[in-house]
Amino acid sequence: MSDVDELVIAGEKFSSRLIMGTGGAPSLEVLDQALAASGTELTTVAMRRLDPSARGSVLDVLRRRGIKVLPNTAGCFTAGEAVLTARLAREALETNWVKLEVIADERTLLPDPIETFDAAERLVADGFVVLPYIGDDPALARRLEQAGCAAVMPLGSPIGSGLGIRNPHSIELIVEAANVPVILDAGVGTASDAALAMELGCDAVLLATAVTRAQRPELMAAAMADAVRAGRLARLAGRIPRRRYAQASSPGTPLGDYYSVG
Amino acid sequence: MKITINGTPREVPDGMTVAQAVRILTAQTTGVAVAVNDEVVRRGAWDSTTLGESDRVEVLTAVQGG
Repeated sequence: MSDVDELVIAGEKFSSRLIMGTGGAPSLEVLDQALAASGTELTTVAMRRLDPSARGSVLDVLRRRGIKVLPNTAGCFTAGEAVLTARLAREALETNWVKLEVIADERTLLPDPIETFDAAERLVADGFVVLPYIGDDPALARRLEQAGCAAVMPLGSPIGSGLGIRNPHSIELIVEAANVPVILDAGVGTASDAALAMELGCDAVLLATAVTRAQRPELMAAAMADAVRAGRLARLAGRIPRRRYAQASSPGTPLGDYYSVG
Repeated sequence: MKITINGTPREVPDGMTVAQAVRILTAQTTGVAVAVNDEVVRRGAWDSTTLGESDRVEVLTAVQGG
């Protein structure tokens, strides 16, 4: 296959369709190795109060690897908090890209659609490239696209749950209707989940925990890179239809009709 | 005067600038952003922006996440 199958978000091109998060890694060294093995070109970070005692910075790791930084608004519960966090990220990191994440509650970490939509409108108006994290809701995805978001990022299942894609049908509906990239975000537990996301027609997969909390993060990162690529190729190739009964792959019978029973 | 920096109350000299408040925490200036009372103060304005009584200063940076 040619190498021109690029992911394009807001006019920016990426040859890898695996977007990584940086949360959950036991150390910056482990994270660094996993990022390298993943081949990712776009990676999320969170914004938090500066801790004067912190050693090393995730930003240094990303800079060394030449990976574009995608700040998120993780930890925000209201549109107001998310807008302020995005503006602080833009100032600190000199990017107008933001993964918009507005959470409804701590237990499920499910995205709050009302606050997310409100924040998305305000951030788009303020010149941000907005990538909102949402439930697997085709109607909300469409509304966010109409509001000017650069992509939509439906979840497969709750953050960090590793439950995979609980509603593949909804993901397919989102993909069918979308004119912006659809990025499966959250819930991926292992390689087959990432491959399925791509087979369903997602343009990219964003994951963190599945790699950073795997027993061997670097190995899982390599598995995810292969899975995303395999799923993408399978999607482009076009899978066969599912059938109720078998369809022989060898022609006819070896001994003709004489031996055939019934 | 009394201000809070990242949630910690502090007694600081009157007329302290945003730049001076940031330096209490870090010598770093890149990769850091500041909000005073929920409004972003651009880096170029840190030296010229003075703080007032009860101001809430937030100094943020990027960490592992997402």
